[in-house]
Amino acid sequence: MTERAADPAIAARNLTRRFGSFTAVDHISFDVRAGEVFGFLGANGAGKTTAIRILTGLLAPSDGEATVAGFDVRTQIDQVRSRIGYMSQRFSLYEDLTVRENITLYGGIYGLSDAVIAERRDRMLDELKFTPPVTALVQSLPLGWKQKLAFSVALLHQPAVVFLDEPTGGVDPITRRQFWELIYQAAARGTTVFVTTHYLDEAEYCDRLSIMVDGRLAALGTPAALKAEFGVATLDDVFVTLVRGPATAGAV
Amino acid sequence: MTRAAVDVNSVTKRFGDTTALDSISFDVAPGELFGLLGPDGAGKTTLFRILTTLLVPDAGTATVLGRDVVREFWDIRARVGYMPGRFALYADLSVEENLAFFASVFGTSIAAGRALIDPIYRQIEPFRDRRAGALSGGMKQKLALSCALVHRPELLLLDEPTTGVDAVSRREFWELLAELRASGLTIIASTPYMDEAARCDRVALMQGGKLLAIDAPDAVGRRFPRALFAVRGSPRAALLAALRAFPHAASAYPFGETVHFSDARGGVDATRVVEELRAHLQAAQLSDVVITPIAPGIEDAFMELMGNTAGVAA
Repeated sequence: MTERAADPAIAARNLTRRFGSFTAVDHISFDVRAGEVFGFLGANGAGKTTAIRILTGLLAPSDGEATVAGFDVRTQIDQVRSRIGYMSQRFSLYEDLTVRENITLYGGIYGLSDAVIAERRDRMLDELKFTPPVTALVQSLPLGWKQKLAFSVALLHQPAVVFLDEPTGGVDPITRRQFWELIYQAAARGTTVFVTTHYLDEAEYCDRLSIMVDGRLAALGTPAALKAEFGVATLDDVFVTLVRGPATAGAV
Repeated sequence: MTRAAVDVNSVTKRFGDTTALDSISFDVAPGELFGLLGPDGAGKTTLFRILTTLLVPDAGTATVLGRDVVREFWDIRARVGYMPGRFALYADLSVEENLAFFASVFGTSIAAGRALIDPIYRQIEPFRDRRAGALSGGMKQKLALSCALVHRPELLLLDEPTTGVDAVSRREFWELLAELRASGLTIIASTPYMDEAARCDRVALMQGGKLLAIDAPDAVGRRFPRALFAVRGSPRAALLAALRAFPHAASAYPFGETVHFSDARGGVDATRVVEELRAHLQAAQLSDVVITPIAPGIEDAFMELMGNTAGVAA
């Protein structure tokens, strides 16, 4: 492995965010390697969304520091934003624009020339085996296509890091798996993938994952290492042990 | 003979060119916890809107608690509790004001419904003066459930109550439903999470407006037509590719830390499949190979019933 030599794609040191007297993110520290698929798990309200907003330059940390793609999220916000992609279940594409209009819009926002947008659009749709017409309104697409397209659009400007916030919520089990194959392809090309999910079987697909509890990073490691550390058979049990306490694991 | 709590006969609903429900039929027995399992776009919400008399079917008939959803809609509305998928409470009213409002709409009071909602409402009562809009996701969900139950309905309809909710809160919510079921309430709940189906007495698998199957959770897995194997090995990406390249592969899908593989040949001895597969994977330079025959689960059956062969073709 050569990751020792490469700069981490994401580095957080004692990253903290307070809202009044409430500490949403409480001194979290971690590195994500370039090209890694990193799972970011936690219960609702554990601080995941706040941490993602800090790492994507939408919210300033109260304390501590973080770099994304080598740039400081506090002082180099523009450089960070131009090097990251973002996709969530709730917001991805504009429903009342066509497929082509969405791609042109996002490419334009990231400063790509018309020629580059056209070339990457054709290659992207080809790789996705995208069958609907590019003149179709996004709202007319099946959810599975929307999510795959949204992911590819988030990669259009070839970001170093892509943030995926529950990207597979509500999609059928086959599309969910196809989506993960797209994630692997992106990671194999060197894109770092930072992903949240409530599906613990998907957490198994990550190279490493972290679990946040009450603003802290309560666990960090490979899926196999975490199961060994907690002495349980599934990540579901690891998660329940951390969030609810050891006595309840396995009590489905 | 007790009548069905819900009886749906060949119900079809179209929106323009889209057939949201395509001749759906099923019934739900009184006291049953019935699950509607399927992804977004399966037709789950449309079905709930018909059962709650908010939409009229284009074809077919349905009764709820013995009453026709079109002719006797007014009679149904007072007897069902409905928790829609989106937060539908008044964000500017307090917790207690929301509950009092829903009670008054149904001509009752919080006190009258208290016994039924107590296990749930007790957990949010310390925040009774807080605006509903300022609650956490988990507390909003408990308030919405309390509001759907305060008029003591005979049937509870829950549209994706656990979507976007973490794994622990999802468990707790289903434990709550089990308690309500034990009190005799009939419950229909929809979910995109296959693992939650195990909590139901019966589940209907839905996809693209059609019912793929209705059965007890244990029985759904038995609809999978071939022998199934859980395969481990590393590296994972190569494992998946090698399994799909196996000459007799019928399906190969990632499942957590394993890949679920089925062999296209009917009636072949499992031991022989394991041996052939092991030789094939070793020839493909995979290490740490472990192959275990397993019983198919709901998700295996669901993907099979979707009739998609993407697992091999991709």
